[in-house]
Amino acid sequence: MVAAASLLGTVALTGCAKASHDGASADGGGPTKITMWTHSAGNPGELAVYRRIIDDFNASQGEYQIVQQNFPQGSYNDAVTAAAAARKLPCLIDMDGPVMPNWAWAGYLQPLDLPASLTDSLLPTAVGTYRGKVYSAGYWDAALSLFARRSVLEKNGIRIPTVEQPWTLAEFDAAVGKLKDSGYKTPLDLGAADKGEWWSYAYSPMLQSAGGDEIDRSGMRTAQGALNGPAAVAFFSWFQKAFKEGWANSDGPVGNQNFVDDKVALSYTGVWNAKDALDKVGSDLLILPPVDFGKGPRIGGGSWQWGISAGCGKAQSEGARKYLEFSFQDKYLTAFSDSQVVIPATAGATAASKYFGPDGALRQFAVLSQKFALARPATPGYPVVSTSFEKAAKDIMNGADVKPALDAAVQAIDSDIKSNNGYGN
Amino acid sequence: MAETARAPRARTETSEQQLRRRRRAWSYLVLVGLSVFFLFPLVFMFVSSLKPDGQLLSDIGGWRAFLPVGDISLHNYGAVFDRVPVGRFLLNSLFVTVAIVGLGLVVNSMAGFALSRMRWRGRGLVTSVVIATLIVPFETIAVPLVYWVAHLPILFLQDGTLVWDTGWLDGYQVQIVPFVANAFSIFLFSQYFSTIPTSLDEAARIDGAGWFTIYRRIVVPLSGPAFATVAILTFLPAWNQYLWPTMVVQDEKLRPVMVGMQYFFQDNPAWGEVMAYTSMITLPVLVVFLAFQRSFVSSVAASGVKG
Amino acid sequence: MTATFRLDPPADPGPGPDEPRPGPAAAGARPATRPRSARPRSARRSEARAGLAMASPAILLLLAFLIVPVLLGFVLSFTNARLVSPEPLRFVGLDNFVRAFTVDPTFFRSMVNTFAFAAVVVPVQAGFGLFLALLVNQRIRGVTAFRVIFFIPVVTSIVVVSILWKFMYQPSGVINSFIDSVTLGAWQGTAWLNDPSTALFAIIVLSVWQAVGFHMLIWLSGLQTIPEELYEAARMDGAGAWRQFKDVTWPCLRPTRIFVLITITIAALGLFVQIDVMTQGGPVDSTSTLVYHAVLTGYRQQQIGYGSALSLVFFVIVLVIALVQRHLTRDKD
Repeated sequence: MVAAASLLGTVALTGCAKASHDGASADGGGPTKITMWTHSAGNPGELAVYRRIIDDFNASQGEYQIVQQNFPQGSYNDAVTAAAAARKLPCLIDMDGPVMPNWAWAGYLQPLDLPASLTDSLLPTAVGTYRGKVYSAGYWDAALSLFARRSVLEKNGIRIPTVEQPWTLAEFDAAVGKLKDSGYKTPLDLGAADKGEWWSYAYSPMLQSAGGDEIDRSGMRTAQGALNGPAAVAFFSWFQKAFKEGWANSDGPVGNQNFVDDKVALSYTGVWNAKDALDKVGSDLLILPPVDFGKGPRIGGGSWQWGISAGCGKAQSEGARKYLEFSFQDKYLTAFSDSQVVIPATAGATAASKYFGPDGALRQFAVLSQKFALARPATPGYPVVSTSFEKAAKDIMNGADVKPALDAAVQAIDSDIKSNNGYGN
Repeated sequence: MAETARAPRARTETSEQQLRRRRRAWSYLVLVGLSVFFLFPLVFMFVSSLKPDGQLLSDIGGWRAFLPVGDISLHNYGAVFDRVPVGRFLLNSLFVTVAIVGLGLVVNSMAGFALSRMRWRGRGLVTSVVIATLIVPFETIAVPLVYWVAHLPILFLQDGTLVWDTGWLDGYQVQIVPFVANAFSIFLFSQYFSTIPTSLDEAARIDGAGWFTIYRRIVVPLSGPAFATVAILTFLPAWNQYLWPTMVVQDEKLRPVMVGMQYFFQDNPAWGEVMAYTSMITLPVLVVFLAFQRSFVSSVAASGVKG
Repeated sequence: MTATFRLDPPADPGPGPDEPRPGPAAAGARPATRPRSARPRSARRSEARAGLAMASPAILLLLAFLIVPVLLGFVLSFTNARLVSPEPLRFVGLDNFVRAFTVDPTFFRSMVNTFAFAAVVVPVQAGFGLFLALLVNQRIRGVTAFRVIFFIPVVTSIVVVSILWKFMYQPSGVINSFIDSVTLGAWQGTAWLNDPSTALFAIIVLSVWQAVGFHMLIWLSGLQTIPEELYEAARMDGAGAWRQFKDVTWPCLRPTRIFVLITITIAALGLFVQIDVMTQGGPVDSTSTLVYHAVLTGYRQQQIGYGSALSLVFFVIVLVIALVQRHLTRDKD
């Protein structure tokens, strides 16, 4: 009896669940429904801005209606991969910038086709281009920096670096050594307790600053030489040393708590932790440029961006485009920035933003982003590049021999490229 | 014989009692020690759920991790509700779990009955295949399964009319139907059913009863413990489903509780809320278990899980 | 005692399933011979029809949601299939298997880790479970409460458990500070999950902690079927606690032993969630397992053809192990 009741329940509930789905959107009357997926579930601040944009858009016209579906970031890629494999992607998809070429190559995205005046007005790292066509665009970018306390550096006689004259590697090593001697058990938090895309995002710019790269960007056909050449070996030897010497560790917690508690003196972390640090540390807080490993400082660029799926119907694509165009208004970009503490993608929105405007307390991040940001390699092979990079870097951190670990990563990346016929490059 | 057995025992009564008392004391000591071992992570979880993140992280290195001291409040619980539709997720999990367990009891017990008490061509083959499927971990078939269910036909109601479509992504059925049939349950049922004398079947057959009647009127009423055991053993994995719903459930309104866990891992994890949420989703299972533990323990004992 | 654990199906169309299983219950109630041959053919045909009908819902569901995906994976493992790709599907013969065994060191490492995990967890969890069962099988006050406490980790989601233990394993976490205070500071803590030499061990501990309550209950159910008279007889022969265990308990637990052995083995070989939540196979592949590696390559890295090949290798290995176990534990009679 229980079973019979639950059987009936299944039918009834799937019925009403399915009716709200836009897959088979009603043609007869009413606005065309367009589904969009965000990675923002569990982030009320960001969702509130989306809510506002969608409400405004839905109210501004009667032709289209945006239906929002939110996923938690941690399982977003699992959900998208499953939907892509099943050919059931929604019209509007949120994606982490470097993944875009993979999807465009696979045929899951259509060119964005937004007015050039719009995409040209955005930060270069907020626009995703693959084979000369724009496929994605984002409202903001993030940036990394070294957080420090002015008082601590001054007390230890360490020069405060500037954007014009950042720390050299030798200077940095000396500074970290001094801080360790001054009583910090682990002076540096590199964020190594984190996992996933963070590794490529945070540490591949250091590698580039040292003269290496995740892949040879001319042609994108091999990682040979870039990821296992002398520059890469030198950088990763330093990376390993930083952990071996106890300058940094991978104990966590993920985030900036160690810096806020003054357990570490330097914290390599993102703009998203800046507000909290500012609240706790106050005017003593320094937002320092990244270390120059030899070829000039670098930080990662490219954050979450929006694209339109190739499987999206003609009328719905039209609506999706209208919605995106509508959403790139400065006021919304400023709202995202104020709520999420991220750098707005347009100059106008930046000027109006609370933290990054001319007098904003975190303006330095906008400067760092403009001067040093470099996007991760725009190649369809990126997912394997990123996971191989992460694995190699983690193994090296945990004591693996540098050169063989890098060779293994190169081997994994190259064999993936080969098995995909060079990804059309 | 009873007399001779009792005589020597009476003589050593006191020393034997002493021995027994000492053994009992040791038993309690070990039992309490083990209880600490089995409970401390859960105490840590609950205590941490009452603390703000900063304190939680600085407390983990000592005994304070297990003590509700410092800045204690229910704030994390309130914050959980702002972030996750907890009630909705709990109801979804409850519904999916009850459906899997309920349908599973019927389907698997019928199969167990047919495999253990009836003679039909192909039974040996089916039994072999069912047992072979025990070795397939779900994770290894998840991806082909996604691909496959995405192409299954589905019938649903839209605006009062029945509509055919393809694709099982989303909805409740994709969370329920693939998990109804369960090789382990079939195996347990057939083991238990085979201990019930078949002479009962024969008698019923002579009285003209059909096989389904025998199943329903004779075997099922005698198999309470087997049903209880299977119910509990299928309840746990159904409630704890994790990988599958993240892959196939798109509509937020249909998500189960375990997916909600990811909501707390933003740029920085909100640990206090994680602990509050895990406490909240663990509690219902604990309550169910505590309510039924007496019958569960005895039913496992009675059901012939022993083999 | 009433039924023996059998992995092999009864012969078909053999005698009734009750017949090869002589047990006190069945033997007592069953007539000495069954008038099988006297039954008319039509009755047998209707029995066949009804049997198939009653088994068919389960058969169809298993077919649709287990066998078909397994077969699909079987086919995919001989192709270059990827989840996201414009490349046409191509049969590549044994390429994926060659890759696994020649150029994928993580695969080999995963195999070693999987076996190491199972080799430790199977005896430890089985033994610890039996120890707990013996403890809570005593007739002492409050014993039910202890049964419940030992079982509580089983009803806690493994995802939750993994998150909690990951926290406690931190270098500055409670486990290190506990060891530190027990050894009076003689033993400095370690970064359990970040050290290749301790990570798998750390996962073994929490896995046993989580699952042992279940097997305690299984052992307990076995213990409770042992007739008290056997113990009384042994005591009368002057057997002490150890002799009682060795001569009565252990032999009587034989079917339970086989059941416990096989269920732990299957669960241990399928280790996945703990790895996914806690270490993602690291550090330096020291916790990567076959199932984790198959999911990582087949799903997260989208090389479903290769991932399916790894799954297939896994199935074959588990099947071989199950058959070996069955052979070793077969009925001697």
